[in-house]
Amino acid sequence: MTEVTLSNVVKKYGALQAVHGIDLDIQDGEFVVLVGPSGCGKSTTLRMIAGLEDISGGEVSIGGRVVNDLPPRERNISMVFQNYALYPHMTVRENLGFSLKIAKRPGAEITEAVNEAAQILGLDELMDRKPAALSGGQRQRVAMGRAIVRHPDVFLFDEPLSNLDAKLRTQMRVEIKKLHQKVESTIIYVTHDQIEAMTLADRIVLMRDGHIVQVGTPLELFNAPVDTFVATFIGSPPMNLVDGVVEDGQIVLDGGVTLPVPTTAGRLSEGQAIKFGFRADNLMPAGHAVDEDGAVYELDLAVTLTEPLGTETLLFTNMAGVEVQGKMFNPRPVRPGEKMNFRLMLDKCHVFDAQSGHAIRR
Amino acid sequence: MDRNQAHRNRRRLLKTAHFIGLFLTMLVICVPGLWIVLNSFRPTVEIMAKPPVWVPSFTLDHYRAMFAGAGEGGVPVFSYFRNSLIVSVTSTFIAILIGMSGGYAFARYRFWGKNSYFVGLMLFRAVPGVALSLPLFIVFAKVGIIDTHFGLILAYVAMNVPFTIWLTDGFFRQIPKELHEAAEIDGCTRWQAFWKVEFPVARSGVASAGIFAFLTSWNEFALASQLTRSVGSKTMPVGLLDFTAEFTINWGGMCALAVLMIVPALILTFIVQKHLIAGLTFGGVKG
Repeated sequence: MTEVTLSNVVKKYGALQAVHGIDLDIQDGEFVVLVGPSGCGKSTTLRMIAGLEDISGGEVSIGGRVVNDLPPRERNISMVFQNYALYPHMTVRENLGFSLKIAKRPGAEITEAVNEAAQILGLDELMDRKPAALSGGQRQRVAMGRAIVRHPDVFLFDEPLSNLDAKLRTQMRVEIKKLHQKVESTIIYVTHDQIEAMTLADRIVLMRDGHIVQVGTPLELFNAPVDTFVATFIGSPPMNLVDGVVEDGQIVLDGGVTLPVPTTAGRLSEGQAIKFGFRADNLMPAGHAVDEDGAVYELDLAVTLTEPLGTETLLFTNMAGVEVQGKMFNPRPVRPGEKMNFRLMLDKCHVFDAQSGHAIRR
Repeated sequence: MDRNQAHRNRRRLLKTAHFIGLFLTMLVICVPGLWIVLNSFRPTVEIMAKPPVWVPSFTLDHYRAMFAGAGEGGVPVFSYFRNSLIVSVTSTFIAILIGMSGGYAFARYRFWGKNSYFVGLMLFRAVPGVALSLPLFIVFAKVGIIDTHFGLILAYVAMNVPFTIWLTDGFFRQIPKELHEAAEIDGCTRWQAFWKVEFPVARSGVASAGIFAFLTSWNEFALASQLTRSVGSKTMPVGLLDFTAEFTINWGGMCALAVLMIVPALILTFIVQKHLIAGLTFGGVKG
């Protein structure tokens, strides 16, 4: 059983504080993704778990054992780095077997473990090459192989796919997920890419400025963001946000559009400044929507720009003076300037307090 | 069409000019060395001839005389060679050991006064070696290490360490820190991570630092001529002075000894050449 627990973990670089007291419980076998914009402290947190950064305050424990002052080699973890960090002077085989050799395991055991890892990752053909003779995807796979050879308690991934091109990234994403299903170890994965976070994670930890903003399953973060930051960070395209005010129990957007308050929203006070949020999937032209259950608000909007994606087309339009995006399923060609009748799925809209950005939810 | 032709001519012209420029530069660098080699095989008459004789008549007289006994114009070549070898190899080894540790520390660790210390090391290089020869002579004489291998080794180590630090610092800086982090996660101590991963990767850099240190010690004259007196410690560059007498200079003998001096350095450079080039370009980015 290897759960990882962070309690009130703090990192300071001199006067600068990078991580502000993080609390996090990671279950055995869980795939947790730390995600956030650059500089949010996610990598620093991972490196503290790895033992590569000193912990300025709080406690990190792995498998119930406090590891604050243990060197990396005594934590039984492995890590995949963004730039792979393969040993350039060793062949793939030597790279894979390095940790076992350092641990002075018998040769036969090393060979067996290395071959097993090579098979899992399809590296058999490359065993005698040096890293310089490998492509980016192959290097990535060797880096992962080096991590699994040791059968660690916890895998740490530090933006492992950032250096790959888009297509390879999608492939490796699937491989990482398969790997997790196979080894069933705890994985902590750092990325700034919300799609990676959504597709890989059992649980997402969204961070900003050294604080955790929200922790939850991908769908929890997608469907119930705690504030406008989460709402715009998770999901693509980001959630549309339009400024408005509560008047006579209704929401009046700045451009003059008046909407009923969505059923999902919590208590709103008269005159309260809000941000009204909805995803592109919930603003669809009539006849091109996927589901029209629940309350619908109809409005006519002129399309300014289209982005055809095949199964759907993104429609850019102006709502109350703000550029928002809608989605058209079963798309047909649309000319810029064309007026369309849009349906806004009110039950799936969000209301945020304009000042704090916090979601006002029932 | 014409414009194409004009550009092609221009490029050809530039290429030729480039070649001639390189040739002249190499000529300036190579001719003195070549002249030394030629002189070592010429009879004295031809060496002194005016105008110079370009096509020499070949003789091994100078070499024969050099290896002959003391009374016949000979010099203790083997002792000088041994002294040079002992002093150069030992001082290079120690300088690399200290310099590499220093370079690694500068590249990897943050410590108080790091930058000023580094600049200090470089400033130390700005002091000409000869300026130190008198103070060194006095200190060494008082301590009693004048005319010993140890004294010379000490001086050369001090001379070479700053440069070695500067060079290896550049090489270690190029190695991503994730390499030793990966090694540490793979179960290494910091020490193991250095020897098993970072050192092998920086090997070519260390090799080039080594050859620089070796050549510096091997060719050094100014300090060695002050700090050594007898056959027991004189190095080959100092040995060259044996060919000067009160009124004459035995140019032929001097050139013959110089050739003997050049040969080992040349061989060594050839052996590590591959590393040297790889190392210098590898470290080249930092400049």
